Amino acid sequence: MPKLVIDTSKITDIPAFLKLCPFGALYEKDGKVDVSAACKMCRICVKKGPAGAATFVEDEKKPEINKAEWNGVVVYVDHEDGKIHPVTLELLGKAKELAAKINHKVCAVFIGSEITDNAEELLHYGCDEVYVYDNPALKHYIPELYTAVFENYIKTNKPCAILVGATTTGRELAPRIAARFKTGLTADCTILDMAENTDLIQIRPAFGGNIMAQIVCPNNRPQLATVRYKVMSASERTDAATGKIINCSLDGIDLNTTTKVLEVVPKQKVTTIESADVIVAVGRGLKAKEDIPMIKEFADLIGAQMACTRPLVEAGWMDAKHQIGLSGRTVRPKLIICLGISGAVQFSAGMNNSDIIFAINTDPNAPIFKTAHYDLVGDIYEIIPKLIAQIKEGK
Amino acid sequence: MNIIVCIKQVPDTNKVEVDPVTGVLKRNGVESKMNPYDLYAIETALRIKEEKGGTVTVLTMGPPQAEAVIRESYSLGTDAGVLLTDRAFAGADVLATSKALAGGIDIIGDYDLIICGKQSTDGDTAQVGPEISEWLKMPSVTNVTAVHEITDTTITVSRELPEASEKLMLTFPCLISVEKDICIPRLPSYLKKQATKDREIKYVTLKDLRDNAPEGYGLNGSPTQVQRIFPPEVNDHCEVWTGTADEIAIKTANKLKELKFI
Repeated sequence: MPKLVIDTSKITDIPAFLKLCPFGALYEKDGKVDVSAACKMCRICVKKGPAGAATFVEDEKKPEINKAEWNGVVVYVDHEDGKIHPVTLELLGKAKELAAKINHKVCAVFIGSEITDNAEELLHYGCDEVYVYDNPALKHYIPELYTAVFENYIKTNKPCAILVGATTTGRELAPRIAARFKTGLTADCTILDMAENTDLIQIRPAFGGNIMAQIVCPNNRPQLATVRYKVMSASERTDAATGKIINCSLDGIDLNTTTKVLEVVPKQKVTTIESADVIVAVGRGLKAKEDIPMIKEFADLIGAQMACTRPLVEAGWMDAKHQIGLSGRTVRPKLIICLGISGAVQFSAGMNNSDIIFAINTDPNAPIFKTAHYDLVGDIYEIIPKLIAQIKEGK
Repeated sequence: MNIIVCIKQVPDTNKVEVDPVTGVLKRNGVESKMNPYDLYAIETALRIKEEKGGTVTVLTMGPPQAEAVIRESYSLGTDAGVLLTDRAFAGADVLATSKALAGGIDIIGDYDLIICGKQSTDGDTAQVGPEISEWLKMPSVTNVTAVHEITDTTITVSRELPEASEKLMLTFPCLISVEKDICIPRLPSYLKKQATKDREIKYVTLKDLRDNAPEGYGLNGSPTQVQRIFPPEVNDHCEVWTGTADEIAIKTANKLKELKFI
């Protein structure tokens, strides 16, 4: 196996050398430096230490797999009771792009019960082949069952790469498939690309988003990646259906499971502002409680949760659970639109990590504009009704 | 009812930076703590134990310093701790990590239920739990929000899907990953800490595992490779839009469309 060999005699300054390791894996014992199990094989000590102090010794090369045997970029069709999750269409858009680079086909794998009719829809999004496993035994998503079916698909079709939506079910299914095939899986990729040699280039945030890591799976197939909803772009729906639906047999698939689904209760939408992807926040620029419906209409149009600053809670206009800020909740949505909010530190500390921040304020010097990415100087009472009209027109 | 809880020692902070020139990770100090999500897994296990009896064993993989999280779990009320530690495990990705943990679980033996936290705060993948269950060929369920009935052979749990709540019954042995909101973790007890300060922590190295071929572990057993790390693009973008309300409204609508929010 590859390992690090430390030659203490080459180290001029031992304490400084020990400090090189960001994981604290280097230690000195009886005047000799060695590596502990904390080592992550980052090899910084090799690069940064004195020449010859740390050496990375590689193994003999493992036999290389024949990548040409693995063809196709595949998307797992995420659904609940046949209703296709939109992340699927986004992944198909990406799969098309990746497949085009290496001249592979784009496939979808759809597992469930009474889903064949819905599979048709996928042919409008550039699938070359939709593999459908439709059977009453697959009515409920049970990890072992769906893994067994997917295993059958992989063994029969040998796909190059598999993209799975990072939904509750996808995040559970993808690791089971990866472990079953002893292959690599990268979670929550934000950028995907395809190398000429069919290696999927996967980029994902690490350490809470403070670092990006580029990951490849160079000697295993299939390659698996999960991607969150709203990270990739769906391609436009085409009027004509292209590609074909392939109904797959369940013969030879072990559908035994001891897991029983006892009940499925459709959820009432109770969402908190912390979990919202899009937030419309309103502040003291709002003149009366009666104006809240206008803001609500706008929020509903863009699928946003309503939130507010502290004064509105104190005035009793909105509930405390909608308050953003140090004395309220901390949010990190993909988009936040701040309406008539001046942007006191106590407020912005609760939302300044949001991905995209819009602010509308009449005062061009409002502190919120220092936090926001899009500073819209104007009056919410003029802009919002017009914006509502614009969005309605566009829909 | 014997339960194994998989826990992890993580850096105390995510505030790490990459030197943009050298591509080297800058970490200030190596302060570490128990992965916060694991506290919910431990609490879930302790509550089951209090109701049904049995033992709770914690399992972790890491350097000898990771003993600290096992000690911490003792002060919460767990009964035994196992530390998988070996240089051969270094540089493991999800597959190699889950393989080593599955090997550790195999050594502990005699268990009914394995509980994992939702995910770790440093890796953030939420994948290790399901991969362990695959190595052990057992049923699993993630995102568990409540534990209901437990019989001698089964456990009934709730899980949240985006559009529905599901109630499932799993047969032992099985693995569950629990959500953060499943319960409120208890605080460590000073008395327990004192009482357990000499309690043994079992060390397990590669050669102890049933499958102890080194090529399946650590960097070598990891199909994925990190090619490079780099700092993310910072969004310090700022545009100021002025004009009539009409102009701003149109511009905003277009931008929201471009950003895929409408």
